[in-house]
Amino acid sequence: MNHDPFHWGRPSADTYGEYNYNIAHASNADRSTSTNSEFPRMHTQQPMITGTSVIAIKYNDGIVMAADHMGSFGSLMKLDDLQRIIPVGKSAAVGISGDISDFQYLERLLDDLEIEDSYDMESDNLKADYLSEYLTRVMYNRRSKMNPLWNAIIVAGFDGKGELVLKHVDLLGVSYSSPTLATGFGNHLAIPLLRKKVDSEEDVKKLSKEDAIQTVKDCMKVLFYRDARSWNKYSLCVIEKSTQSIEIEKDVAVEGMRWDFAQHITGYGIPQL
Amino acid sequence: MQKAVPTTEYANEIRNEPIEHRFNPYSDNGGTILGIAGEDFAVLAGDTRQTTGYSINSRYEPKVFSVGDNLLLSANGFAGDATQLVKVFENRLKWYHFNHNKKLETASAARLIQHMLYGKRFFPYYVHTIIAGLDKDGKGEIYSFDPVGSYEREQCRAGGAAASLIMPFLDNQVNFKNQMDPASHGTKKREVRYLTLDEVIQLVRDAFTAATERHIEVGDGLEILIVTKEGVRTEYFPLKKD
Amino acid sequence: MPSIALLTAYAIEAIKQGSAAVGLVSKTHVVLAALKRNAEELGSYQKKIIKVDDHMGVALAGLAPDARILSNYLRQQAMSSKMVFNRPLSLSKAVHSIADKAQENTQSAGGRPYGVGLLVAGYDDSGAHLYEFLPSGSVLEYVGAAIGARSQAAKTFMERKLEDFPDASKEQLIEYALTALRDTLAQDKELNSANTTVAVVGVDQDFTVYDDDDVEPWLNLLDSLANTRNTALKEEDDDEDDDDNDGDKAASAEGQTATAPAAGAGDSSDSGTQPSAESESMDVDP
Repeated sequence: MNHDPFHWGRPSADTYGEYNYNIAHASNADRSTSTNSEFPRMHTQQPMITGTSVIAIKYNDGIVMAADHMGSFGSLMKLDDLQRIIPVGKSAAVGISGDISDFQYLERLLDDLEIEDSYDMESDNLKADYLSEYLTRVMYNRRSKMNPLWNAIIVAGFDGKGELVLKHVDLLGVSYSSPTLATGFGNHLAIPLLRKKVDSEEDVKKLSKEDAIQTVKDCMKVLFYRDARSWNKYSLCVIEKSTQSIEIEKDVAVEGMRWDFAQHITGYGIPQL
Repeated sequence: MQKAVPTTEYANEIRNEPIEHRFNPYSDNGGTILGIAGEDFAVLAGDTRQTTGYSINSRYEPKVFSVGDNLLLSANGFAGDATQLVKVFENRLKWYHFNHNKKLETASAARLIQHMLYGKRFFPYYVHTIIAGLDKDGKGEIYSFDPVGSYEREQCRAGGAAASLIMPFLDNQVNFKNQMDPASHGTKKREVRYLTLDEVIQLVRDAFTAATERHIEVGDGLEILIVTKEGVRTEYFPLKKD
Repeated sequence: MPSIALLTAYAIEAIKQGSAAVGLVSKTHVVLAALKRNAEELGSYQKKIIKVDDHMGVALAGLAPDARILSNYLRQQAMSSKMVFNRPLSLSKAVHSIADKAQENTQSAGGRPYGVGLLVAGYDDSGAHLYEFLPSGSVLEYVGAAIGARSQAAKTFMERKLEDFPDASKEQLIEYALTALRDTLAQDKELNSANTTVAVVGVDQDFTVYDDDDVEPWLNLLDSLANTRNTALKEEDDDEDDDDNDGDKAASAEGQTATAPAAGAGDSSDSGTQPSAESESMDVDP
């Protein structure tokens, strides 16, 4: 290994030959160069270590949100104890999927925001609607610099009046809200199941907290069954409007799975979760 | 970057052309908007569905805004740019009030939007923009813009995903194109006249139900904003959710 | 070249040269009222109240060009808060942002402090607020404040009515503000729609400035537009003024630690350079 501070960690050229710039998808990859200064400034072209879906659903008195604990490096399970739902202030929780280094950058931005806010505010002023606007601006500005933060974010919590806020923001700075939200694979696998329970604000009134939690747990199971980049341990965030509380439970496990041969599972092929 | 690359891992075919490998800062979020001017009113309507690809992001994400000064604004296309455009416009409007202490006329708003759009000529806001308001004589007016700021005052305009479905319908029903006066036995064109508000709302609803049937990115809900000299009001009608 | 400390003292003096502006707060509203001057008969009246955003605005006394710089800065801050967070700029954040700007000028050579005092009024998540900003960079929150020429007279009035403010209606508050403003008038002057400007902001109302014809209904709330600080009140007032001076010294000795708004502490800004304002209010008496 090369121990030069500027080339630290790279295989030494004597043993392994010249460094292959193709590894970084650099646009001067064909140029035979080894000088560090000619290495171009790089923007994120693709995510490296990634977190998979975040899902969320509104119920009659709040929001339930979940995201698993895995960080994958391609098909490698790189991290297995990664919390991707983070509380911000007293009125919001943020679930982030996509690139983990960008997630950690956002985590730091939100931390700074919290600190800055606590300097001169008597009360907690980081409401969920302010936060989602801020994150939308951050994401949009970064995409406008052609250097996006490779994430999809779900913001859940309360606004200044204590009303529920549930918003989705993606790497292009597109934001939207809906009673059911999901990022990544969840958009394909979980959203149909979630919308079966809640498809409009009217349906929200009919869904209880227990049913909402059960629905989200079922979705996390389906995701673990079918999304190869998911994991059976996840964080479950329950937001309650009547008590204005936000609770994040870690290490919730996917329960009641059947991994038998298909022919031995009764009901295989007919609707089951 | 010029490179010789096999088309797939398994193919023998070699392509020798520049390969595209960069971040795409745009997406198409579907939806359609429609503005019609009447004699003493104007309407600007939009469906409330937002999509990316085949996914429905939200069934209710409004995209027509009343920005003050009896002015309606909607930008349809890439939702990120659309919200940015509306926000920047609202800011510019506020400064206009600070500096001039008077209402921004719709014609001036149109010119301002042209400058905002053309200002990003080389990294455009990927949107079709329509504004609606009343002119100095109290007549309804609609201005429509292309993504880089070319604009025109019109009687009616559809924008967005189903624009090409709705626009010919509007030509016929608002501007009476290809309509003859029945009494003349096909020798005289039917005289154009202003439509009433009720006729316009019915027309807008028909346009959107039809577009919902034929375009997958249109549906869920229809929000019509109506501007008259009394102010702005909103009407909502459900559309098919499939 | 005079020292910066002296310049700052001059700047505070410049505020007293400006015509008066008063501000009052209830639980739900803030009212600003100011006296506009025209330098000469042919000229226009000076702008005394500037809107910053839908939820806040300022009244000024002193150098109007300096106030423009500060209010434009506040507008930018308010707008970026709207842009980035979709959150109305909080009043405390707003005043501290201009306080920091002003404070730098009291320390850096080559420049001069802002020659203007501001009353910053607004309604935010935490309710109605009125702040006084001074060129020294000091900002304090008040339930009633007055700056500019003869402002002591307005303060004296407000101190007497202090208890009535919190529960006052919008109309009552405007009446109080105009009465306080009226007390700052010279004997031969009276309030009229040309020289009076009123602004209101509150729970149900965006920051609105009333000028010219629009201010007329508010002026009608008063029984008289001329200064009624007549002999009947004279002795009582004089007493109160004396009391205040004592209070001032106590307040400034405490290092202005009071966070709760208090009209009594309001005078601390004037302490030390009191004489001119005092003598002005003395002039009023026959």
